[in-house]
Amino acid sequence: MLTPDQIRAFLEEVKDPEIPVLSLNDLGVITGVEVAPETGHVTVRMTPTFAGCPAMEYMRAEVEQSLQRHGVEAFTVVMSFDEPWNSNKISEKGRKALKDFGLAPPQPYQGILDLDILEYAECPNCHSKNTTLRTPFGPTLCRAMYFCNDCRQLFEQFKPL
Amino acid sequence: MQDLALKDLLYKIADDELILGHRNSEWTGIGPMLEEDIAFSSMAQDKLGHSLAFYTLLHELGEGDPDTVAFMRNADQFHNCQLVELPIGEYDFSLIRHFLFDNAELLRFEALSQSSHEEVAKIAAKLKGEIKYHVLHANTMVKQLGTATQDSISRLQQSLEYALPFALGIFEPSTYEQELIDTGIYIGEAALQAQWQERISAVLAKTSLKQPDWASLQPVYGGRYGQHTQHLQPLLDEMAEVFKIDPTAEW
Repeated sequence: MLTPDQIRAFLEEVKDPEIPVLSLNDLGVITGVEVAPETGHVTVRMTPTFAGCPAMEYMRAEVEQSLQRHGVEAFTVVMSFDEPWNSNKISEKGRKALKDFGLAPPQPYQGILDLDILEYAECPNCHSKNTTLRTPFGPTLCRAMYFCNDCRQLFEQFKPL
Repeated sequence: MQDLALKDLLYKIADDELILGHRNSEWTGIGPMLEEDIAFSSMAQDKLGHSLAFYTLLHELGEGDPDTVAFMRNADQFHNCQLVELPIGEYDFSLIRHFLFDNAELLRFEALSQSSHEEVAKIAAKLKGEIKYHVLHANTMVKQLGTATQDSISRLQQSLEYALPFALGIFEPSTYEQELIDTGIYIGEAALQAQWQERISAVLAKTSLKQPDWASLQPVYGGRYGQHTQHLQPLLDEMAEVFKIDPTAEW
């Protein structure tokens, strides 16, 4: 019988379709993997990053296909807000992958997400902290656009949420 | 009885989000500048996601499936406030509506994240993080344009005066107000309105816009009970066009 860790390892191949360097594990949208002790039935629990994210159904289908490819026959993929996503769920590995991809990772925070965190970003090109939030909306729901006052480039940040 | 009260609450939120989401999407491709085009398009997408979350919960409570509920009702079956159905007008009106509505919606989600109804609290807790960005955007733009040129200030002032009576309609009390308060599901519209007025006033105070005489404003009610302007039905017809031709189409 498969273990939850093995299932997690299978899912490592499923990436965010908009950010192909980031696995769903590292993005933090896989909130639980269970294997029923009697039947071996696999349950994968997922939660959307943003409620309106059009990629979520695509990601769910990718998870299902990945399970099938690895010979898992009996499985259920459940999408819910039971354990809601926030940007602190992005793993360290995920943060590094985002940075290498040219997207500033969201600043981790404790407790309440206040305006200072929303407005803060470190330039992924020159690492300057002298940056300005240009608009909280970007090419996808999860990205905001900033301007680096040092290297004078626009860049995107994965939004802290 | 509590079930009816809860459904009434969920329908008005979901319908507000769906209709304003549709209106916001009308800015796609014609925004006054690229950032605002993207902002209104992104907010449209968020709002459809928010309406889906509440329609899904309604479905779990025994209502129709989300697509049917969104696309197959007529105007008099919608519980949205009239503010959200008004045409997008010029950018100044859309900005003011966004400012007035989203400040209220953030407070609503904050209140509902403390709801005694567990599922409602879960959804609201999630969505309040997203809508913070809408409020950040609205407040920033209102502060900037509300202190910019004579033209921007007078346009915003005019739109504010037009929109405010409709905005008060957001808080039209429901038949079940007391029940929702007594059961701890929701703090009630009167409490929400008081918080909202304070927030709105604080932002307006940082601009050259004149505050209204709140006491003399006449709220535009009716939306929560299915009474709408002539603008809602054409919006619904357009929104449901594909679905009505082919309910199984994927797009």
